[in-house]
Amino acid sequence: MTAADPIVRLEEVRRTYRMGDTELHALAGVSLDFFPGEYIAIMGPSGCGKSTLLNLLGCLDQPSSGRYLLGGEDVSLLEDDALSQIRGARLGFIFQSYNLIQQLTVVENIEVPLFYQGVPEHKCREASIQLAEKVGLGQRLYHRPNELSGGQQQRVGIARALVNDPLVILADEPTGNLDSHSGTEILRMMDDLHAQGKTIIMVTHDPAIGKHAQRLVRLRDGVVESDERR
Amino acid sequence: MSAGNAWQSHAPVALSPARLRRIMMLGFKSLWMHRLRSGLTILGIVFGVCSVIAMLAVGEGASYEAQEQIRKLGSNNIILRSIKPINQDRPSQARQWVLEYGLTYLDLQKIRETIPGVTIVMPSRIVRDQVWNGVNRMDATIVGTVDWYPETRQLNLLQGRYFTPVEMEARSNVCVLTTKAVETLFPLSAPLGGKVRVGSDYYDVIGVIETESTGAAQSTGQGSGKAATAAPDIYIPLSAARHRFGEILVNRSSGSFEATRVELHEAYVRVDDQKDVEETALIIEEILKRDRRKTDFEIIVPLELLRQAERTKQIFNIVLGAIAAISLLVGGIGIMNIMLASVTERTREIGIRRALGARRRDIILQFLIETVILSGTGGLVGVAIGILIPVVITMFADMRTIVTPWAPILAFSISGMIGVVFGIYPALRAADMDPVQALRHE
Ligand SMILES: Nc1ncnc2c1ncn2[C@@H]1O[C@H](COP(=O)(O)OP(=O)(O)OP(=O)(O)O)[C@@H](O)[C@H]1O
Ligand SMILES: [Mg+2]
Repeated sequence: MTAADPIVRLEEVRRTYRMGDTELHALAGVSLDFFPGEYIAIMGPSGCGKSTLLNLLGCLDQPSSGRYLLGGEDVSLLEDDALSQIRGARLGFIFQSYNLIQQLTVVENIEVPLFYQGVPEHKCREASIQLAEKVGLGQRLYHRPNELSGGQQQRVGIARALVNDPLVILADEPTGNLDSHSGTEILRMMDDLHAQGKTIIMVTHDPAIGKHAQRLVRLRDGVVESDERR
Repeated sequence: MSAGNAWQSHAPVALSPARLRRIMMLGFKSLWMHRLRSGLTILGIVFGVCSVIAMLAVGEGASYEAQEQIRKLGSNNIILRSIKPINQDRPSQARQWVLEYGLTYLDLQKIRETIPGVTIVMPSRIVRDQVWNGVNRMDATIVGTVDWYPETRQLNLLQGRYFTPVEMEARSNVCVLTTKAVETLFPLSAPLGGKVRVGSDYYDVIGVIETESTGAAQSTGQGSGKAATAAPDIYIPLSAARHRFGEILVNRSSGSFEATRVELHEAYVRVDDQKDVEETALIIEEILKRDRRKTDFEIIVPLELLRQAERTKQIFNIVLGAIAAISLLVGGIGIMNIMLASVTERTREIGIRRALGARRRDIILQFLIETVILSGTGGLVGVAIGILIPVVITMFADMRTIVTPWAPILAFSISGMIGVVFGIYPALRAADMDPVQALRHE
């Protein structure tokens, strides 16, 4: 794979929801190429299909038609188990509402993706602690999510998204639930990740946040309205 | 494109013991989050399991007791008893009327001569009379019998000896007391070497024997056999009994005297081969009926009683099994209910796990293990309590209980199975959730 090959390629991807008799085209033919090391912001008005697109990119959902190539592999026809495998091995998720598992500690939350990859316990622990320290939670290793602030929880979320060294990091409104101070902190972390060469795809509706990205994709009514690089 | 193809060739995550242990730890954590709820759910299984074990133990103990009593009668024995015939038309005017019925010495002689393979015929006469030792008095059941009686009835001689064939021949005035009789007649002194008085005759006490239990026999004896089935207190040689008490007994009943003439009250017939017992009993019945117009005897076959007891036990076990199954079913439904609620409540967690790479089977396993932990813990606690309850029952209610080893094993494995059976559906529900929908769940 050369640097010129896209890490993500969408070819005329459609996602249609059936609502009784009517069909709702959440995505009505989207073609996009994302390249390694890019930091992409996906923006657009509410209901334009941002989350739908991100779910497809995250292999949580499958296109109604069209092709999705992740790292050169067509994943639009894979079975459930294979998709789980890809999510766990190649993708990192950062959610708006953090989505940590309440009964697990910080360390345990971070190592969940590795657990499902069958990585032995001590290696999980090692990687998890290392990442927790990297996101500044070295003093909170054995706290539970409800003992952490929102910003701290989202940092756990970022550490968890990094633990499996993913091809692409997918973030849906990562600062949506945070105050501006913690939000800035999280965005700075994302910038750092970008600087380290990670590929990041982030959904946001805040233009100020969109500015952090180096490429801006605007959606409207399920189609790409504009796609600009800076 | 090696990186791309690696996904499919990636070996599926194997279920190693280490992995299973981690999933179990996870289960414990999740259950611990809702300790009260988990505890109550476990309680349902605990009650099911411990009641199963306790019930089986009580049932087993009761049937063992019954079988033991029957076995004491001897499974090679056939017991013949004299019973007063029903509908005795008593001439109302006759003052000197003697009711004559029951087994005779002639009957036994016939049995001995006709049936091969019958070795011991143990006749006995039973008399109720007052027995004295100085001022100590007892309304005793005196049994005139033969010298091989204890051996046939499997009774343990506790002190001294039983009477000998020579004493039988000589109609000696010797007697063997049961422990019960010793308690009444010799409250302070040693019985051996003492004498007891019956009427005007004195008998030397030569031995002490354990008191017979007649529970099983009594339950089968029909009303009229009352005198014959009271537990013996004193044994004397049959010959002596015949000689001293004669053949006619006078009873006071309902305001008038009633005289009865019974040669033998009871006889034990021992059959050499156990498989001939039932057939022999039929032949004996034929022989005895041949020259009688009315039935004045009964035949008790302990072997038959034993078989009956076993059949009863089987039915008992089926009923217990059904009750047990129902109580465990209720516990299982409780588990399923809680797990379904838990799955709904943890929809978000399921979505997160799926997003982070959990396959359907990982989710299924996780929830299944949680249910098995619930039911398994319930099973273990239930087994512990279930083994304890019979001990307590035995201590306080003086009832025999037997915990057979298979009862706890069975109860525990059923409870484990219930975990799997009732956990499967909630687990499948969890695994079939759409990850996107699950993640959106509040
Ligand atoms: N499960 C579903 N069933 C039916 N319609 C759906 C479903 N999910 C999304 N939609 C529709 O698809 C369209 C795109 O939804 P999507 O969630 O992608 O919007 P969005 O761009 O993320 O909006 P927001 O900025 O408000 O999060 C919407 O019109 C929505 O109603
Ligand atoms: Mg959205």
